[in-house]
Amino acid sequence: MNLTFSEEQEMLRKAVRDFLEDKCPKKLVKQLEESEKGYSPDLWQEIAELGWIGLAFPEKYGGSGMNFLDLVPLLEEMGRACFPSPFFSTVILGGLTILDVGNEEQREKYLPQIASGKQIFTLALAESDARYDANSIKVKAALKQVQGKSGSYIITGTKMFVPDAHIADYLLCVARTKEGALKQVQGKEGISIFLIDAKSSGISYTLLNTIAKDKLCEVVLDQVQVPKDNILGQLDQGWSKVPRILERAAIAKCCEVVGNMQKVLEMTIDYAKERKQFDRPIGSFQAIQHYCADMATDVDGARLATYQAAWMLSQGTSGTKEVAVAKAWVGEASQRVTNLAHQIHGAIGATMEHDLHFYTRRAKAAELSYGDANFYREIVATEMGL
Amino acid sequence: MDFSFTEEQKKFREEVRAFLEQEITQGFWKPACDAWIHSYNPEFTKRVVQKGWIGLTWPKEYGGQGRSYIDRLILTEEMLRYGAPTACHWFADRQIGGSILTYGTEEQKKEFLPRIVKGEAYFGLGMSEPGAGSDLASLQTRAAEDGDYYVINGQKTWTSGAWLANYFYIVARTDQQAPKHRGISEFVFPADLPGISRIPMIDITGTEAWNDVFFDNVRVPKKYLVGEKNRGFYQIMHQLDFERSGMERLMGNYPLFYGIIKFVKETKHNEQPLSRDSLIRNKLAQLQIEFDVGRLLIYRVAIVMDEGRSPTYEAAMSKVYCTEFEKRLANSAMDILGPYGQLVAGSKFAPIGGLAPDSYLASKGYSLQAGTTEIMKNVLATRGLGLPS
Repeated sequence: MNLTFSEEQEMLRKAVRDFLEDKCPKKLVKQLEESEKGYSPDLWQEIAELGWIGLAFPEKYGGSGMNFLDLVPLLEEMGRACFPSPFFSTVILGGLTILDVGNEEQREKYLPQIASGKQIFTLALAESDARYDANSIKVKAALKQVQGKSGSYIITGTKMFVPDAHIADYLLCVARTKEGALKQVQGKEGISIFLIDAKSSGISYTLLNTIAKDKLCEVVLDQVQVPKDNILGQLDQGWSKVPRILERAAIAKCCEVVGNMQKVLEMTIDYAKERKQFDRPIGSFQAIQHYCADMATDVDGARLATYQAAWMLSQGTSGTKEVAVAKAWVGEASQRVTNLAHQIHGAIGATMEHDLHFYTRRAKAAELSYGDANFYREIVATEMGL
Repeated sequence: MDFSFTEEQKKFREEVRAFLEQEITQGFWKPACDAWIHSYNPEFTKRVVQKGWIGLTWPKEYGGQGRSYIDRLILTEEMLRYGAPTACHWFADRQIGGSILTYGTEEQKKEFLPRIVKGEAYFGLGMSEPGAGSDLASLQTRAAEDGDYYVINGQKTWTSGAWLANYFYIVARTDQQAPKHRGISEFVFPADLPGISRIPMIDITGTEAWNDVFFDNVRVPKKYLVGEKNRGFYQIMHQLDFERSGMERLMGNYPLFYGIIKFVKETKHNEQPLSRDSLIRNKLAQLQIEFDVGRLLIYRVAIVMDEGRSPTYEAAMSKVYCTEFEKRLANSAMDILGPYGQLVAGSKFAPIGGLAPDSYLASKGYSLQAGTTEIMKNVLATRGLGLPS
């Protein structure tokens, strides 16, 4: 057992931290939150040139040949900096899914475009009930045969909470290619994953006004025509790939939140040392000290659980339980940490003048994304044989 | 980064399990919660000795195996998983041996360590006093120099293992004038010295696991002073890291955890196993999640120790976390069992052998022993996070 990152991984962490501290101050974060695009194309190009977007893609697809574990320090630092970018949607949801599920032709076509920062991808998974189970998939893809051509699918329906869809070049869309039966077991059948040109006619986007201002969209697909070749993986077998996609998304979110929580802990300790009341730094009071100790325990627990799950994913072994443990734990731990941070910061922390709100808003959004604690507790219960 | 165990470690774990399963199959003992405190079984300890599993991390020249703390944790984890009766050698193996190794004289090492490894030395730990709990440095027991002896007078309380002990490991005041942290020393000596008497303390579970111990002009040869005179308090702070780091804080109630999982699978309500009830699933899954996080915190302590660092921060964290976990486990188990949960061991209808109420009651003490939750959080905040004291 070894719980530390390699020297290379730590160097990457430092490089990302230095870069984001320099290039992404909170002033810019605020500006990007208010902008419609929600990210800086210039910074996006810069991180592409630094090789960070393609970090976990094999070299033959324009990447650096590293693995999921190598993404951990990068994601943590992005969470620490509240870096507004389509990294999560493009790399975690898009690129890694294509790498995992796509055929050679698709990988060769899309991954270099992603790695070079030229194209933005995202995944349209959840629908109106905002749940991550097969029965929730109602968007329909109907095959339309055209004489002399290979045919195409006509996709209709609505996807919810799709990150960065409004700026995406491609949407990965989970849709029903066969009528789903009502029984749950059968609900997983007849689902396929499509790669859709995001600028196709019939697609409209509505930006959702969220607390994290993180550019989630409602995506309405109205008879969108998609070539048959644009299916990722096997026809009708798409759902078998979704758990892994969800696991990567959940752990990537955990990594961002670990970076978020670590920064919140540091900010809070600094504040407790500086802020004086009753002629003493408030950090000398045991009540405050114990709050900080509780925060540190939650942060360390979150980190270890996240690293364990990320390590499992990078090994390619089944990490279903470890992922579930991490996402369930991290979500709730982040709320405890945020609450205590606010309590210790006092009233200033509840204003827009102070940076704490950036972290509070993002931690809550992450908790609700890609499975909350109840969702993953049910998975843990199943893994326990209950 | 690597979260897996080596092949050797996996093999070792299998070996420990095979040994313990054979013990149970042969009917030598029954798995119990907190068996590391309550279950004194000299025959079992002898069989553990034959395996060479006491003093696993100590140097070979003193009878140890020179193995890693991860190996020791694997051994401990399995002992706790099976609820094995390890109480006879637990304290000596966990912390007395380490203390003597770190601070003892060569003579002390040669006297005590081989006896611990052979399972012949049982220790009573004398730290707390009626007026000195969390504020250990205010202890009153005196050790006054008299020629070749220290003469010890005073009372120790909550002395674990005292009724069986053939040795005592105590802290006493050796300088009345010095500031209170700077006048304390440590001693290890035979329990049959004249002037020592014991009164059992019955804890909330009804068990006699602790004693009041009285020292009335006990003459302890000077060779039994451990480490530096008047530096005892600082030595203890280091030694306590060993005590706090242990797996027992999380896994002492493993038999109960297994038991309640089995119970909900086998017990039906409205023709459905309780394990189908979403509230019960949620509750037990949450305990499993908390357990898994706690286990990582504990393995981190072992890794820090293998790196040769003092796990002050990490051990304080795992101690707080795991003792609070045990309270929730026992409480949830009783809730799931409902009115049957209150039936103690041996009573008619008691489910899971009555483990739940016993653990529930015992758990009130977990977050007090070896440093209260509050003291641990002070340590975390001041020594770990750098907050002003």
